[in-house]
Amino acid sequence: MENVLEIKDIQKSFGDNHVLKGISVSVNKGEVISIIGSSGSGKSTLLRCATLLEKADSGSIKYHDTYVAKTENDKEVYLSKKELNKVKSYFGLVFQQFNLFPHYSVLKNVMDAPISVQKRDKAVVEEEARELLKKMGLEDKADAYPCELSGGQQQRVAIARALALKPDILFFDEPTSALDPELTGEVLKIIRNLAEEKMTMVIVTHEMSFARAVSNRVIFMDGGYIVEEGDPEEVFGNPKQERTKQFLRNYQQ
Amino acid sequence: MSLFTMILKMSEGLGRTCAIFFLTILFALPLGMVVALLRMSKRKVVSAVTRFIISVLRGTPLMLQLLAVTYGPYYLFGFSVSRNKLVPVIIAFAINYAAYFAEIYRGGIESISKGQYEACEVLGYTKAQTFFKVILPQVVKRIMPSVTNEVVTLVKDTSMAFTVSYQEMFTIGKQIANSQTSFMPFIVAGVFYFVFNAIVDFVMGWFEKKLNYYH
Ligand SMILES: Nc1ncnc2c1ncn2[C@@H]1O[C@H](COP(=O)(O)OP(=O)(O)O)[C@@H](O)[C@H]1O
Ligand SMILES: [Mg+2]
Repeated sequence: MENVLEIKDIQKSFGDNHVLKGISVSVNKGEVISIIGSSGSGKSTLLRCATLLEKADSGSIKYHDTYVAKTENDKEVYLSKKELNKVKSYFGLVFQQFNLFPHYSVLKNVMDAPISVQKRDKAVVEEEARELLKKMGLEDKADAYPCELSGGQQQRVAIARALALKPDILFFDEPTSALDPELTGEVLKIIRNLAEEKMTMVIVTHEMSFARAVSNRVIFMDGGYIVEEGDPEEVFGNPKQERTKQFLRNYQQ
Repeated sequence: MSLFTMILKMSEGLGRTCAIFFLTILFALPLGMVVALLRMSKRKVVSAVTRFIISVLRGTPLMLQLLAVTYGPYYLFGFSVSRNKLVPVIIAFAINYAAYFAEIYRGGIESISKGQYEACEVLGYTKAQTFFKVILPQVVKRIMPSVTNEVVTLVKDTSMAFTVSYQEMFTIGKQIANSQTSFMPFIVAGVFYFVFNAIVDFVMGWFEKKLNYYH
């Protein structure tokens, strides 16, 4: 199995608030991993450390064979900025709040980074971007602006924007939490399609039945620890830890 | 003096009025951005000093600043900034307006959500790309109403140049009013400013509309 991401024993504090207390996650190519857990358990912080939006205090983060960060002599050492930029092309992140560029059309939102960051050929990028939008069911929205779209459509554009950079792994931080309930389905369906195409994904979500159906592995986080991890049928159907049981019970109510 | 001669004479100063207006815009708009970025600097000393300078520039009369730049160097060091009075006038105006623009820019920049920066970071944009491609265009749209306000004020403020006897439209009008003991020049000046600002309003409104393709 080809390893895409390996996180080992990362810790992260904000002041006195010890948020990640030694988290290790390994993601293989083609795997879909769901992370569940109550609010404040550190799920977003974990994704933000993995996507380099936050710096871990200790522990290691490795994409493919490249150590992005590791602890040397008790100090956390990150790659230089230049080397980090190369690593950034390995992953994509889909935000809860979409964070599309409001002043760009849908098509430009998708095309801009491949052109201005990856310096790829405009004509090729445009063709791929239109193809992606078609996959997202948005081919007729290419010239629309984000403000003209529903939340579900905006999130699908955000997914297309992330995919346009051809990442090896895609992170989602509660991709449907900002959506009206009737719009979550269309976004989840897109993610499910990506899973069928063997896209490597790590998804933080509160959609339990979705997580159970789509993932190869489920991670339950609580209080900055990974409390339980395993096959979705095991974690949801027959949880081992008391805290997992409690969390799932609360969710079923 | 006939009304026609009066208008003709004052029109001669209109070129200088326009010079103050356009040159101030030309220098103060970018300078304001530099000041805003210094004001938002992570270095405490830089931002504190900038903040102090801004508060002095906004807290003292433009008239005083005009006098200081035009005559200050002479009284303090025995030389003038330039023989052409337009130079100190533009320096004073540009610095004063930069302070106002800086605060407008700062408000605009701070109103952009953190998510925009984070999206850029994850997508791999450089700092410069993030600022010029994503942040600045959105800031420009948001600050347009406040900038329009300042520009309208600037049209009227050009008349302050009379304090250093720079021969722009209002200064000439004031001289005519004195020598002719007539109030007419002030009415003419008022009409000039009103028409000038109607044009400014039109142009800024057109620009705002152009930016209305999204919200
Ligand atoms: N930038 C930050 N500064 C300070 N505290 C933060 C920051 N980000 C997250 N936290 C804190 O870290 C804890 C975990 O937050 P988060 O990772 O967002 O949890 P989750 O995504 O599981 O709800 C919370 O107590 C939150 O207040
Ligand atoms: Mg979160």
